[in-house]
Amino acid sequence: MIVAVIMVVIVVGSILFHFFSPWWFSPLASNWGYIDSTLVLTFAITGVVFAAVVLFVAYCLYRFRHQEGRKASYEPENKRLEGWLTALTAGGVIAMLTPGLFVWAQYVEVPQEATDIEVIGQQWLWNFRLPGADGKLGSADNRLVSGDNTLGINVDDPLGQDDLVVEGGELYIPVDKPVRFLLRSIDVLHDFYVPEFRAKMDMIPGSVTYFWVTPTQTGTYEILCAELCGVGHSYMRGTVNVVTDEEYQEWLASQSSFADLAS
Amino acid sequence: MADIPHDASATVPPAELEEMELYHPHSWWTKYVFSQDAKVIAVQYAATALVIGFVALVLSWLIRLQLGFPGLVEFIDADRYYQIITMHGMIMVVYLLTALFLGGFGNYLIPLMVGARDMVFPYANMLSFWLYFVAVMLLVISFFVPGGPTGAGWTLYPPQAILSNTPGQQWGIMLMLVSLIIFIIGFTMGGLNYTVTVLQARARGMTLMRLPLTIWGIFVATVMALLAFPALFVAAVMMLFDKYLGTSFFMPTLVEMGEQLSYGGGSPILFQHLFWFFGHPEVYIVALPAFGIVSDLISTHARRNIFGYRMMVWAIVGIGVLSFVVWAHHMYVSGMNPYFGFFFATTTLIIAVPTAIKVYNWVLTLWRGDIHFNPPMLFALGFIVTFVNGGLSGLFLGNVVVDVPLSDTMFVVAHFHMVMGVAPILVIFGAIYHWYPKVTGRMLGDGMAKFHFWVTFLGAYLIFFPMHYLGLMGLPRRYFDTADIMIMSDSAHALNAFISIMAFIVGFAQIVFVFNLIWSLRHGKPSGPNPWRATTLEWQTPTTPPPHGNWGDHLPNVYRWAYDYSVPGAKEDFIPQNEPGSVTKGDPA
Repeated sequence: MIVAVIMVVIVVGSILFHFFSPWWFSPLASNWGYIDSTLVLTFAITGVVFAAVVLFVAYCLYRFRHQEGRKASYEPENKRLEGWLTALTAGGVIAMLTPGLFVWAQYVEVPQEATDIEVIGQQWLWNFRLPGADGKLGSADNRLVSGDNTLGINVDDPLGQDDLVVEGGELYIPVDKPVRFLLRSIDVLHDFYVPEFRAKMDMIPGSVTYFWVTPTQTGTYEILCAELCGVGHSYMRGTVNVVTDEEYQEWLASQSSFADLAS
Repeated sequence: MADIPHDASATVPPAELEEMELYHPHSWWTKYVFSQDAKVIAVQYAATALVIGFVALVLSWLIRLQLGFPGLVEFIDADRYYQIITMHGMIMVVYLLTALFLGGFGNYLIPLMVGARDMVFPYANMLSFWLYFVAVMLLVISFFVPGGPTGAGWTLYPPQAILSNTPGQQWGIMLMLVSLIIFIIGFTMGGLNYTVTVLQARARGMTLMRLPLTIWGIFVATVMALLAFPALFVAAVMMLFDKYLGTSFFMPTLVEMGEQLSYGGGSPILFQHLFWFFGHPEVYIVALPAFGIVSDLISTHARRNIFGYRMMVWAIVGIGVLSFVVWAHHMYVSGMNPYFGFFFATTTLIIAVPTAIKVYNWVLTLWRGDIHFNPPMLFALGFIVTFVNGGLSGLFLGNVVVDVPLSDTMFVVAHFHMVMGVAPILVIFGAIYHWYPKVTGRMLGDGMAKFHFWVTFLGAYLIFFPMHYLGLMGLPRRYFDTADIMIMSDSAHALNAFISIMAFIVGFAQIVFVFNLIWSLRHGKPSGPNPWRATTLEWQTPTTPPPHGNWGDHLPNVYRWAYDYSVPGAKEDFIPQNEPGSVTKGDPA
């Protein structure tokens, strides 16, 4: 009896907690509202299933608790019922997976007009490289990293000379313009994660990974490293400022190019 | 299926097995230490796993101390914090859960439940335990060597795992990898034993489709482990080569603290593929025995046949197969080709279907049952709630795009603790309350058991359910210091403290359990051979606890499936598997 009541309390408590606790997604600041929607849909479907299963258990515990003279029914199988339940589950799975895959297709397809911004992780700070007037980033390689060239930028690549280099500082990006983040690492795995953008991706030494995002809200957001990268992992934080186009151009003008820094 | 009654005993004469074929111990050492009796080995496995599990429990307190009350204990600095979380994770997943379910319950229950005298290779079985013991000892030693245990995270991702500024570089990482290698060798000996025993040493009449679901779960999990562990084995060997022989299997060109290392050309992602090719099946290696055991607990204590036995078997097999093609759902944001996401999200969500069938059938077994709220049943019910909760949050993480914001956050920590921490451990407790009378001949104290259940179940739910929401906010996992994170509100820090307090309470409740285990050895109520009035063979042994050889002069004959509870017309509400009589409606064989 008490077991059944506690089961009901768990369901009701969990639902109340979900709706009334102060903890939820940090406010969205990017185009990835579809991710939030898919997640809310998943909450709805799984929430209903959780409540239904546990409440049914509670009902059984109350209704079929041992009492003098009770005898369980002997019913080994019920193919019809099992078939229905399987079909219903498959339907629920399809309802979550289908929108999920459509949104994922958007996540991996970068829009043509996206600006490339390179993010270079190292223990335990964030560096950035932005294309100069040519709109293209020069090549880079960890084999080229040295005391003077901490990001491993190819000095012989003409495309790289005008690239703007921001070492350990803050990043500025323009609002409402798609950005493709190209992600590199100098040493170990890192992960470029801004909770308000919803997006993240690991950074791997020796590879270039990417994701894209269109920031939709101006403001200052924190970059968190989301892949264990050693004892300083939780201190590997950075700042990204989403600003208007004019402020962005102003900021760009105040940055140094690779050629300036090298000379 | 037609209902054709026949006298099964006429066609299956009782099997005889010469006493000579078993190695009988000649001394205290060969009886209790280097024993070849699967039941003794089972107790050795279980005791070792529980002891090292308690070490992991204490480590979890230290983790929660740091997260809930940062700076309160100066001993926990960043180095030690990462060593603590690494050892907590590895011990729990491999050295507690895998060892206890397969080495502990597998060894005790397989021979008894299939009606065999012992495992088919008793000597290899003994070696299996002792290799496991050595593996555990190496882990323990790593706490005391210079530099301490490795702090690479339990996933041991390179390059970080073997670089010189990760804690435990001197000895810790080497001991960890060698310990895993020895564990896997030991497990392979045990695993081959379990598989061959189930296939070859079953009593007459015990067809595969008459096996209790406990055995199906352990059997399929063992086959999976034999296929999955080699991936971890080679990964560990290759990482040792990278660390000590200068190879670059997993190591690309990289610069550590301004210095070019001599590595080049290797792939960190390759390690992740190998690790998760082991790691995902590992989740089900833990889950399937739990699924099997919980089916038998529910059926026995609800006095009702398990609902849809055949579907349950096929669901176990289906989950076992599917779990080999879902591994990269741990790697959606790892930087692997993002188009893999379409495939792995689909396979991952498909696995929800057989899993859901199992949940429905447990619940439908309760329906129209005669439910006795004995401790094993309580723990089984706790399992259903936590498993359903954790399984459903898996649908968030499996659905690739929903995983993107949640991956590597506390949501993941909450999910896997609920689904492969709390849920299987509740089954372990339930199973210990259920089978302790067979192992010792005495019942565990009922009041202590109920106290243990309520604190553990409700406490664990209060720890891990709210934790999901911290992840939703965006709090990354494996953070030593969560102060000053912009998204962390004051209330979120308060929630962290609350979770920590619950964790201490749940941890302390386990002391009651240990006390009960020890106290009941001498003071428990004598149980008799079959206190739960269960049908399966282990409860029908001529002596309790069963001696070496299990069955006395005659091996049992099996005449029916394992779930003849409350058969209409029968004089008792259960019919043991070895009781002759006409085949009942449920028997699939």
